[in-house]
Amino acid sequence: MRKIIAAAALAAVAAYAWPASANDGLTNIIKDPKQWGIQTGDYANTRYSKLDQINAGNVGKLQVAWSFSTGVLRGHEGGPLIIGDVMYVHTPFPNIVYALDLNNDGRIIWKYEPKQDPNVIPVMCCDTVNRGLAYADGTIFLHQADTTLVALDAKTGAKKWSVVNGDPKKGETNTATVLPVKDKVIVGISGGEFGVRCHVTAYDTKTGKQVWRGYSMGPDDEMLVDPEKTTALGKPIGKDSSLKSWEGDQWKIGGGCTWGWYSYDPATNLVYYGSGNPSTWNPAQRPGDNKWSMTIWARDADTGVAKWVYQMTPHDEWDFDGVNEMILTDQQFNGQPRKLLTHFDRNGFGYTLDRVSGELLVAEKFDPAVNWATKVDMDKNSPTFGRPQVVAKYSTAQQGEDVNTKGICPAALGTKDQQPAAFSPKTNLFYVPTNHVCMDYEPFRVSYTAGQPYVGATLSMFPAPNSHGGMGNFIAWDNTKGKIVWSLPEPFSVWSGALATAGDVVFYGTLEGYLKAVDAKTGKELYKFKTPSGIIGNVTTYEHKGKQYIAILSGVGGWAGIGLAAGLTDPNAGLGAVGGYAALSNYTNLGGQLTVFAIPN
Amino acid sequence: MMNSVRGWLVSGILPASAGMSAVVLAATLVLPVPAVAQDAAAPAATAQPVAKEKDELGKYTLPDGDPTYNIGADGTLDWYTYSGYRRYHAECHVCHGPDGMGSSYAPALANSLKTMTYPEFMEIVVNGKRNVGVGTADQVMPAFGENKNVMCYLDDIYVYLKARADGALGRERPSKREDKTKAYTSNENQCFGRPG
Repeated sequence: MRKIIAAAALAAVAAYAWPASANDGLTNIIKDPKQWGIQTGDYANTRYSKLDQINAGNVGKLQVAWSFSTGVLRGHEGGPLIIGDVMYVHTPFPNIVYALDLNNDGRIIWKYEPKQDPNVIPVMCCDTVNRGLAYADGTIFLHQADTTLVALDAKTGAKKWSVVNGDPKKGETNTATVLPVKDKVIVGISGGEFGVRCHVTAYDTKTGKQVWRGYSMGPDDEMLVDPEKTTALGKPIGKDSSLKSWEGDQWKIGGGCTWGWYSYDPATNLVYYGSGNPSTWNPAQRPGDNKWSMTIWARDADTGVAKWVYQMTPHDEWDFDGVNEMILTDQQFNGQPRKLLTHFDRNGFGYTLDRVSGELLVAEKFDPAVNWATKVDMDKNSPTFGRPQVVAKYSTAQQGEDVNTKGICPAALGTKDQQPAAFSPKTNLFYVPTNHVCMDYEPFRVSYTAGQPYVGATLSMFPAPNSHGGMGNFIAWDNTKGKIVWSLPEPFSVWSGALATAGDVVFYGTLEGYLKAVDAKTGKELYKFKTPSGIIGNVTTYEHKGKQYIAILSGVGGWAGIGLAAGLTDPNAGLGAVGGYAALSNYTNLGGQLTVFAIPN
Repeated sequence: MMNSVRGWLVSGILPASAGMSAVVLAATLVLPVPAVAQDAAAPAATAQPVAKEKDELGKYTLPDGDPTYNIGADGTLDWYTYSGYRRYHAECHVCHGPDGMGSSYAPALANSLKTMTYPEFMEIVVNGKRNVGVGTADQVMPAFGENKNVMCYLDDIYVYLKARADGALGRERPSKREDKTKAYTSNENQCFGRPG
């Protein structure tokens, strides 16, 4: 019922219909598989399309239909939106927006290029990526690198309003997309490596006025938590739950950044997302659990008040940000229908929770190489219930400052980073792009200066030892059992978001630049095509004039562009191992291109 | 003497060992330095037979006053170069890549320092650098002049990258090294404004 009212409200506030024939409400656009109205495919973040014209039987015949150069040579994350007959394409900094006419071979209807101070570029950890635009009610939302949120008229590109969410001079930047929910747009922020205390903020979609803001750490009122009603693993979090878990004022530069993906469940009216690392990578400088960094959050969309939280990695010692997407599914679990939330964390555990209550159901490694913890304690009566059982040998906190802790798996970029997974309700499987990289990590003391990096650790990364030599896998995962169903070795980290379709095909991109299509049931490779640059974007599909298309952004960069560009060091040096640690620069080069595929007539 | 070598910020005391550099650095505040070639046009310098001087901090310097690395016959690395390895991989590698190998958006300093001089290196780290425009990868380096985590280890980072550029040090983590001296620790603390 609530869903229907929300949809009606959205439709009612639309100033005009664009395109005239389509219903303007985002909820309705999401329901229409011909369009792609939200970066994550739907509010549940499944990245699943009901389109099946391209299927396991014919995907091998896929060909390039058209392509478009973005004119920018940095890492291209995210993907285009398709609303009616128009495709909206974004770029990394300077964050250009193009509206392309699908009725006219992608002719540019309008282009918007914001003026941003280039000084924001080096403040962004790990490249100037942007994970894409959002749409609601005839408005395109662009969240720029410098944290300016801009509302553009989808028809003309004219600016309706803009609001500034943070200050790059303090290290506050943005890489994420935003989530429109009813009359609000939910916005995160980056800057964990600069000592920013991060937050999630809701702005009014019509005016840009701030409605609520909840911090990841600090006093209860600033976090928008209720000590009695907000729960963690079924129990109230109590008063000052965050302040008690930090020493002194360290929480004021506590990180917990919110640069990942957001999902929304209209039935519970909850927005789900994860918070990042507790700023400095030297754990000795921030004793305590550092709540609520590294946490899955469930907040009320209207008030921002948290219903439940779950901290996956208390007192982070490895930079395992908890920001990866929360995928919402309704599935059978132990014979019962459950409303589930599935999350593939940087720390290498795949979590399945009840998204209504926050109850922890499954926590299992989704890469067998993961070694920093033996398991997550699942005993509800244990004092360490829900906590990872950390292995002392791989604990950079227990080994201490100025000690090089060796052989930790995964590396800081996680078993999976932001690159989003997909879920097919036909197979009940999750398709997960992963990293297969380990590290040595030596923390040491650093001082904090506002607007300057605040890291305090030396890392070296290498492919997971005693494995296939590659740095990535693309896996199928059963979230109810916590088991890998199949796993495809990849020479490089898979840094591209997956797409699952009703055609029983799963698509993903690779860092060498391949778009690949595999069989949803078996993982068998059905098609690949090498695009001009490495792929860190997310695969999108849509239908136009009766034909299904697949679209992908190429443009190598992002965190993957740091180590992999030059190749990682070789963990098996002298043992004759070859290949896996090869330089990405031997395979691809900078670029910025959208490639659109279709089955020829 | 001891305390004047380290512990300097832009507005503070310049390192005594960089007397020449200090002049150049000061000059750049008025006259912009020409863009530094980022390509590895010049071949790596060959082994340097010149005499190095070691001071009480454990820093080796060349006759011209520039700091340098020292690798003993048994592979023992001087403390500064080892320290530079650590600091580089905390402060610089998020853009310039592991082991100075570059990334998709910042140059490989293991190449750049084949041609870049010590004064040029210092000028860029202190003041930053911009290469922005249509059709480029929009490379911008921030000014680290007020960042103690960088400025207190400027010579360390320089000699580490110089060792990489000269081909004297490979991509591995240095194992054998000289110990950190008390004088170094004392200077480090002073640079950070810490007691001790």
